[in-house]
Amino acid sequence: MVPKSYTRRVIDHNLSLIACHECDSLYRVDRIPESSIVKCFRCGAVLMDSKKHTLDTTLALTVTGLILFLISNVYPILSFDYEGQITQTILMTGVIDLYNQDMPLLAGLVFITTMLVPALQLVLLLYIFLPLRLNSIPWKLAAIFRFVKTFTPWSMLEVFMLGILVSIAKLATTATIIPGIALWTFSALIVILALAASRMNPELVWTKVSFKPQK
Amino acid sequence: MKSQPMTAANASLINCHSCGLLTKVKNKLAIDCPRCSARIHFRKPNSVTRTWAFLIAAYVLYVPANLMPIMIVTQLGDVTPDTILSGVIHLFITGSWPIALVVFVASIFVPILKLLVFTYLVISVQIKSQWRPKDRTRLYRMSEAIGRWSMVDIFVVSLMVALVKVQGIAEIHAGPGAIAFGAVVVLTILAAMTFDPRMVWDGAENTDE
Repeated sequence: MVPKSYTRRVIDHNLSLIACHECDSLYRVDRIPESSIVKCFRCGAVLMDSKKHTLDTTLALTVTGLILFLISNVYPILSFDYEGQITQTILMTGVIDLYNQDMPLLAGLVFITTMLVPALQLVLLLYIFLPLRLNSIPWKLAAIFRFVKTFTPWSMLEVFMLGILVSIAKLATTATIIPGIALWTFSALIVILALAASRMNPELVWTKVSFKPQK
Repeated sequence: MKSQPMTAANASLINCHSCGLLTKVKNKLAIDCPRCSARIHFRKPNSVTRTWAFLIAAYVLYVPANLMPIMIVTQLGDVTPDTILSGVIHLFITGSWPIALVVFVASIFVPILKLLVFTYLVISVQIKSQWRPKDRTRLYRMSEAIGRWSMVDIFVVSLMVALVKVQGIAEIHAGPGAIAFGAVVVLTILAAMTFDPRMVWDGAENTDE
C-alpha cells in the first residue's frame, strides 16, 4: 500500500508523478500492494517500498541507537593481553593515538566516520522524529532532514566492525584479545542503525513540510 | 520511428535529489526545490568533469597507497613496515584464510575495480554509448555500494595502533600509505557521488534521432 501521507501529497499538490533517481523515467503514482517494492521498469532502481517503518518504529530505533551509542563509547571495546600486560581500549583510543602519532588526517577520518557522523545522525533523527510524534514541527525541519540525508553515507560503523574482526584475526597468534562490553552494544548498534536507515520513510517528514505549490 | 522516452527532463520536470518532489521549470537555470530548498538541476552540474577530477586524483594516490607502508610494526627492536599487500599475504600465512580473503577483496580488489568501473562509466557517457544502459546502471549501483568497505584497512590500522602498546616489546605506528589509501577511498566515494547515472540513459536516448 502506498503510505497515506504519500497519497495526500499527491492530492494536495496535484502531482501524481514521480521520477526515477537513476534514469529519470517518469511514472504515475498508483497504489502498490502491501509488503512489496516497485522497481523502475527501465533501469531497475527501487522507486517505492511499502515496507517502511512508521513514525513510532523510527523513533524507538533512534532512542535505542542513542543509548547503545553512549554505552559503546564509554566502556572498553577490546583489550589486548600480552603475557599479563593488559591494554584496554575504548572506541576513541585509536583516534587519540593516531592524532598523537602526527596523523591528524587519519585520526579525523576515523573520528568522522565512526563517531561524529553516527552521533549527529542519531541526535538529529531524535530532534526530527520526537516533535513529529508529538504533533509539532521542529524548527528548520526540511533543512535539517536534508542535512542528515547528505552525510549519512559517511557513517561506516559496519565497516569498522569488519575492521575489528580483521584485527582480532591479525593479533590472535601474538596475544589474547578480550572483548569488552562495548563490543556487544556496538554490534547491536550496527543492526539498529542499519534498520533505522534502510527502512525509514522519508515521506513521514516531507509531507510535514509546508510549501507553496507551483502555479 | 522516433520515440521520446518518458523522462522527467523531457517533460521539463526536475526531480529533487533530496525530497523527490517534481518541479516544472521553463529554462535550464538552477533553482531551489520549493519544498526542501535543495538546489535542484536536471542533471548533476559538471558531473563528467568533477567525476574525472576525483578519479584522476584517486589514481595518482593509488600508487603511494600501495607502495608506502600503511603501518610500521616495532617488535623487540625489529622494525617491519607493512604495506596493504604484505599485510594480506601475512594474514594468508599466519591467520585464517577466510579473513585474508575478505581483506584482499575489500582493500585490493574493490578499490581498483571501483576506479576502473567509474572510468569506464564516464567514458561511456562521454562517447554517448548505447551499449546496455541497464547493465551500466547496475554496474554503477553495485560499485557505489561496495566502495565503503575499502575503509576496513584504515580502521584496522586505527585498532592495531590502539591495541598494541606493550612498552619496549611491541608498538605499532600508522604509516604514510594509510593517509594515501584513506584518500583513495574518500575520493572514489566522492567520484560516485558526483557521477549522475541518468547521463547513461541520456546518451542511450540520443540514438533514436
